[in-house]
Amino acid sequence: MTASLPAGADSPLPPDVVVALRVGSASQWRLMWWQFTRHRLAMASAVVLVLIYLLAAFCEFIAPFSPTAFNPRYTYAPPQRMHLFDRDAAGDLVWRPHVNGFKVTIDPTALRRTFVIDDTVKYPIGLFVPSEPYDMWGLFTLRTKLFGPLNKGDPMYLLGADRLGRDMLSRILYGTRISMTIGLIGVTLSLLLGIVLGGISGYYGGWIDHIIQRAIEFVLSLPTTPLWLGLAAAMPTTWPPLWIYFFITIILSLIGWTSLARVVRGRFLSLRTDDFVTAARLDGAPESRVIFRHMAPSFVSHIIAEVSLAIPGMILAETALSFLGLGLQPPMVSWGVLLQEAQNIRSIATAPWLFAPGVAVVIAVLALNFVGDGLRDAADPYHQ
Amino acid sequence: MMTESDKDIVLEVKGLSTWFETRHEVIKAVDDVSLTLRHGKTLCVVGESGSGKSVTARSILNMIPKPGRIVGGHIILHNSSLGWSKGGPVDLARLDPKGRQIRGVRGREIAMIFQEPMSSLSPVHTIGQQIIEAIRLHRRVSHAEARAHAIAMLAQVKIPRPEQSIDSYPFEFSGGMRQRAMTAMALVCEPKLLIADEPTTALDVTTQAEILDLMKNLQSLYGMALMFITHDMGVVAEIADDVAVMHQGRVVEQGPVDQIFFAPRHPYTQKLLGSVLALEKRSRRALKAPRQEGGEIILEVENLGMRFAGRKRLFGGATGQEVQALDAVRFSLRRGEALGIVGESGSGKTTLGRCILRILEPTSGRILFKSRTKDAVDLAALPMPAVKPFWQEMRMIFQDPFSSLNPRMTVLQIIGEPLRNYGVASGAEIEDRVARLMQRVGLPPEMMRRYPHAFSGGQRQRIGIARAIALRPQLIVADEATSALDVSLRAQVLDLLLDIGHELDLSYIFISHDISVIRYMCDRVAVMHRGRIVEIGETEEVCENPQHPYTRSLISAIPKPDPRQRGRAGRIRYEPEGAAGS
Amino acid sequence: MLYFLLRRLLWMIPSFFAVSVVAFTIIQLPPGDFVTSYAADLATSGSPASAQSLQALRVRYGLDQPYPIQYLRWVGNALQGDLGVSFEYRAPVADLIWNRLGMTALVAFCTLMFVWIIAFPVGVYSALRQYSIGDYVITFLSFLGMATPNFLLALFVMYLSVVFLGYSVGGLFSPEFVHAAWSMDRLLDFLKHLWLPMVVLGVAGIAALVRIMRANLLDELGKPYVETGRAKGLPELTLTLRYPTRVALNPFVSTVGWVLPVLVSGEVIVSSVMSLPTAGPILIQALKTQDMYLGGALIMFQCILVLIGTLLSDILLVWLDPRIRYDS
Repeated sequence: MTASLPAGADSPLPPDVVVALRVGSASQWRLMWWQFTRHRLAMASAVVLVLIYLLAAFCEFIAPFSPTAFNPRYTYAPPQRMHLFDRDAAGDLVWRPHVNGFKVTIDPTALRRTFVIDDTVKYPIGLFVPSEPYDMWGLFTLRTKLFGPLNKGDPMYLLGADRLGRDMLSRILYGTRISMTIGLIGVTLSLLLGIVLGGISGYYGGWIDHIIQRAIEFVLSLPTTPLWLGLAAAMPTTWPPLWIYFFITIILSLIGWTSLARVVRGRFLSLRTDDFVTAARLDGAPESRVIFRHMAPSFVSHIIAEVSLAIPGMILAETALSFLGLGLQPPMVSWGVLLQEAQNIRSIATAPWLFAPGVAVVIAVLALNFVGDGLRDAADPYHQ
Repeated sequence: MMTESDKDIVLEVKGLSTWFETRHEVIKAVDDVSLTLRHGKTLCVVGESGSGKSVTARSILNMIPKPGRIVGGHIILHNSSLGWSKGGPVDLARLDPKGRQIRGVRGREIAMIFQEPMSSLSPVHTIGQQIIEAIRLHRRVSHAEARAHAIAMLAQVKIPRPEQSIDSYPFEFSGGMRQRAMTAMALVCEPKLLIADEPTTALDVTTQAEILDLMKNLQSLYGMALMFITHDMGVVAEIADDVAVMHQGRVVEQGPVDQIFFAPRHPYTQKLLGSVLALEKRSRRALKAPRQEGGEIILEVENLGMRFAGRKRLFGGATGQEVQALDAVRFSLRRGEALGIVGESGSGKTTLGRCILRILEPTSGRILFKSRTKDAVDLAALPMPAVKPFWQEMRMIFQDPFSSLNPRMTVLQIIGEPLRNYGVASGAEIEDRVARLMQRVGLPPEMMRRYPHAFSGGQRQRIGIARAIALRPQLIVADEATSALDVSLRAQVLDLLLDIGHELDLSYIFISHDISVIRYMCDRVAVMHRGRIVEIGETEEVCENPQHPYTRSLISAIPKPDPRQRGRAGRIRYEPEGAAGS
Repeated sequence: MLYFLLRRLLWMIPSFFAVSVVAFTIIQLPPGDFVTSYAADLATSGSPASAQSLQALRVRYGLDQPYPIQYLRWVGNALQGDLGVSFEYRAPVADLIWNRLGMTALVAFCTLMFVWIIAFPVGVYSALRQYSIGDYVITFLSFLGMATPNFLLALFVMYLSVVFLGYSVGGLFSPEFVHAAWSMDRLLDFLKHLWLPMVVLGVAGIAALVRIMRANLLDELGKPYVETGRAKGLPELTLTLRYPTRVALNPFVSTVGWVLPVLVSGEVIVSSVMSLPTAGPILIQALKTQDMYLGGALIMFQCILVLIGTLLSDILLVWLDPRIRYDS
């Protein structure tokens, strides 16, 4: 009985939640949800994440161009600002979304094109424009894009063009799909490894725990990049892209499992001494029921939090590998592959919009970190 | 006009109010409290959890945790030796909590010691460093002088070998020694007032007695006023000159200790004393329905031993740190009987309870259990799967009402679990049975779909009891079942257990460190010390006429809630071979 | 305490062993072996070798033996200083890597010091002024720092330097000092160049450690011994720095166990972007060309570097925390 604050003194919970808590009718998921919603940054980030995954799911429809469509006339074209209104002949504002064209000058000695935005040239753009036929999810063919230039063939580079005149925005959108999903698959594999090893370690304790712990410490103490590079380099260069994709996810999953294993082990260890686990055994529950019905619900929430904190690591790792040319290869498009274009300092100096995929990485990782932080705070709603 | 007794006043608290203001509510932790502390006298502030006694103590030194603050009242310190006050009275409530002036008071005029000596001392600094820092904060002395003074103080509090102990870390000491060290640190600048916030609550009864003795001696030596916060009326009776009873932030009654104990005026004080005194004797219910002699023996423990292997070192072989948790334990239990197991920490009583149920594995001995229908079986010899069916007949009630119920399951699921697993009932029938069980233990059945956090500690313990009796067992092992409850609730829960015991013809093994609880409830008691049962017999007999020296020292160390008995029975110390100081 | 150190040192042996196995496996992973690459190279240069001479080469290099034998041979050679031959550079691996590894160690160590020196006070401030504007800014920057891939930051920094300074900052030395002997001038030149890679490498580490320090200190601030100190009459700042900060220092120091691998790991990519004379650039090159002896040796030594670093940090931790000393 130390001088703890009177119960509830520092809880900024809204009154109706406090009542519900006292009444005790809320399940653990409801309590977690309330706790999570208090974390405003996490909530905002969750919205951002949902948006990102929607973009990834529908990228074929949303991206104005195919990722491989190139145009040698517009290499390194700067981004075109989108204007929603225009002045018509009488000088009034009228709704006419458009982008401006370029004035191109070619420098004869350096053989470089210089682009200057020319506001006299206007290319109208709109929603649901017809386009080249393309496959949606490989299942059916569509001929309409969410938005794009009304006249086929007009340039629309909202985030600029790369060295082959390809639209950065479209490529980044396609890259979203690969970069965000490779993280998910990798983390699923890590999860399996982590739960199994962490669970065995924490549940049995003793020398098994000791050995697994030493192994985890050892793995954690190794610098990851050299090892990934080594593994990636061992990949035959002749493999088809999909095989490479899966091989990379396997490599990625080999590092993430350690933090998950630790969390699972920690929970098992602390639960072993909790009386309600002993009580469950005395109540006649077979061991499997003790584990899955009694112990597991109390760490599911922790695992969810750890998983969402492990995904950014995977995304960063894949980006790094692909950036170095040792991960995914073109024509596969991921943010890391896109950033390969930015390796050349001279090209970035003239075309800084090549950094845009990097900004996408930062936004995605930030959102995941905030959400994971919020989940971690909410993971144990009973600790007060 | 100052009277004789006024000159003795060290501190006066007048109308103190400390509130905690949050966005949604205001909690009046201390509400218009007035106390007086006199030179050389002890004031005990007593109350249950949430009464505001700890916040009062911290308010005096203006150390209230956020978001609390003093909103009104005065805390007048008299005859201070602070330079800037020139000997006049100082209102501590008006001082800036972070300012120099209050810092000059803390540790020098008024010192404080806390409840948990392990976590109240810095783990990475030596005892000496912490004491010397206290000296040099308030006195201009050299390091060497401060060190000599610290060693002298450690000797005062009877820490052995003070010249070496001064360089030890807190984790090298036992709980009692740490508390002595903290007392030394508090008294090293000879303050006028010592505030002690539950300093003995976390200690064993015998250690507690030593620390109380120490404080009384130091008080007579230094003459300081002592404000002793506790919830234990026995301790109050042992050391108090005056008592202030607090309840929900207010002082409901205040006065000399005799008056509080023998002529309490406020209903809350009467209720508090009533619960405490009820536990001083055998429960009336138990007396009303004496058990029949010569009932059948349902449990016979023979020569039970259990050894914890020491930590294995890397190069093989265990270290010498093996612990013999149970040593040749032997007793028998009859049907319908309540046997108490009493002992201090490390005595092995909890281990015994768990070994009987085979939650822990005994290393030697036999546990003969006779169920209603079959012959006696040696549980210790059975393989684990064969033990499990016996858990229908031998159940357990746990100590901590918070960790013994799965927070993620409803009450229905918790109580229904044994019914489900042993195939006793299923589906809708489980609900009926759970409803009846809840009624039996005094809980409203409509709440069966709620989660444990909706219930108070006492109610949770009742849920645990309902779970234990769901299968109509023969034997219940109650492991410190009432230790986590407030005093006023204890008697109720014990009465419930006794009722159920009579109704179901249950036997109890009741484990506790608190002998008054055992005396209330149990027919016989076994006293454990260091893994052995040193004495066993009828409860009244063992309590009135203890035979074994350890039992004698244990009984004599228990503070009796009767101030007129103070000091009458001398305390007996028990020193087995190789005992470390307490 | 001595016993603890001895036990810790002995754990290094199986760790080194495991690292060498991992490195050797990586060396052997790509299909084909040294002789295959040699043969391919000969073929493209127009003078293919015969099958017998290739086989003879295999026998000479022991490449026809089963893997475990090859491993033992490799380890045996390594212990004598022979780490194989780089196919790309046609030179013994040992000659190529020592300088570079030394630079890697130097950069990693300097960055570690930098990370600690910055993260410690910032973390303490963030905890003491919880929920203040400063705390929010620090928290946001920390998240940002952890979200930015270090090579991206390096690229961005170099981009800024081209735009604003007109030249790209790279390398660790000015041209005149690259091969010079160590002197005061060279040291100053080195430091002038070092700060940028140090910042780029350290940002993620600083961000993570600031959050860890903040969390640990917030935990400690609520503990009873802080109250005891206050009751003695200690001023707030002294109290906070002397007690809970000191206790929170221990887990902070123990983080080196994973900060160091992250630093060495990050250094690989950053150094290749910023052209630093460390192990990174040649490792990447070696792996791209499947020059496996060179690549494998570099990987192994980077891992060993990290293991030694964690050993040193464990020793530091034991010195700092009396509880560990007495635990055995």
